[in-house]
Amino acid sequence: MRSRSDEKGKIPTSKKFPARRVAMIGMFVAIALICSYIESLIPINFGVPGIKLGLANLIVLFALYTGSASDAILVSILRILLAGFMFGNMFSIIYSLAGGLLSFLVMWLLKRTKKLRPISVSVAGGMSHNVGQLIVAAIVVENYNILFYIPVLLISGLVTGLVIGVVAQEVLLRLRGIIVKK
Amino acid sequence: MRKSSWKNDIIFIGILAAVCVVIFLIFMLQKSDGSGWVVVTVDGEEYGRYRLSEEQEIEITDADGNVTNWLEISDGKANMTAADCPDKLCVKQGTISRTGENIVCLPNRVVVSVERGKEDGLDAIAQ
Repeated sequence: MRSRSDEKGKIPTSKKFPARRVAMIGMFVAIALICSYIESLIPINFGVPGIKLGLANLIVLFALYTGSASDAILVSILRILLAGFMFGNMFSIIYSLAGGLLSFLVMWLLKRTKKLRPISVSVAGGMSHNVGQLIVAAIVVENYNILFYIPVLLISGLVTGLVIGVVAQEVLLRLRGIIVKK
Repeated sequence: MRKSSWKNDIIFIGILAAVCVVIFLIFMLQKSDGSGWVVVTVDGEEYGRYRLSEEQEIEITDADGNVTNWLEISDGKANMTAADCPDKLCVKQGTISRTGENIVCLPNRVVVSVERGKEDGLDAIAQ
């Protein structure tokens, strides 16, 4: 972003965003968008709004484990904004953003403890995503009765988080040495 | 990833699952008394309240007077039968009858919820 190289013929680079990091974030956002698109095609319906597989969360998990926390939050926010403009509306962006930010915070803190595997981090992330989304939805529609859905959404977050967590863990294992540093 | 055992994860996920089950049971143990009110709110403002015991069809209109959602009450249950929103999630949500249960149509900002059968609307939602 902030380029110091004004010399002619030099490609501007930045210490904060080296080429590798830009490329990784770009790739993750692109994959996350495809996940959002695929998910918008799957007509899963349990009669409760807000239940989704959360495929895009898989990518946020990858970003969190292969890059830094700031990579992951960038991927999460960019994905939500872009997917919201393409497949959703203003409200879906607000709800997703609330869920995305809360789940990022929970996953990041849990990852920092270094005591849990990606699968647990994913489960907690899935549950907190749904809770964050529902709380903001309750505030937006100004009706706190919709918090009645909390148990259903908690369970769905647990199940989808488990599925995503298993996939993330297996893929991360296999990506070791390719895009996973260390 | 790390060499740690699965113990931490099993305990962690187990606790989360237990919390889910407990919260789920607390919510589901509420019984339907069939005498409640169906309260419809549009854009956070109360649109109307209807007896769950009376068979009726309600047309919900937006601020411009266009009908956006169709609600039907029969057999002590409320059901969104039609809506003009693109996803139709509210229609797919099925029937509600228990206190606290509700149907939400986020695109139209319509919320239909069941409230306890008090003689008057004293326990109406604020706003």
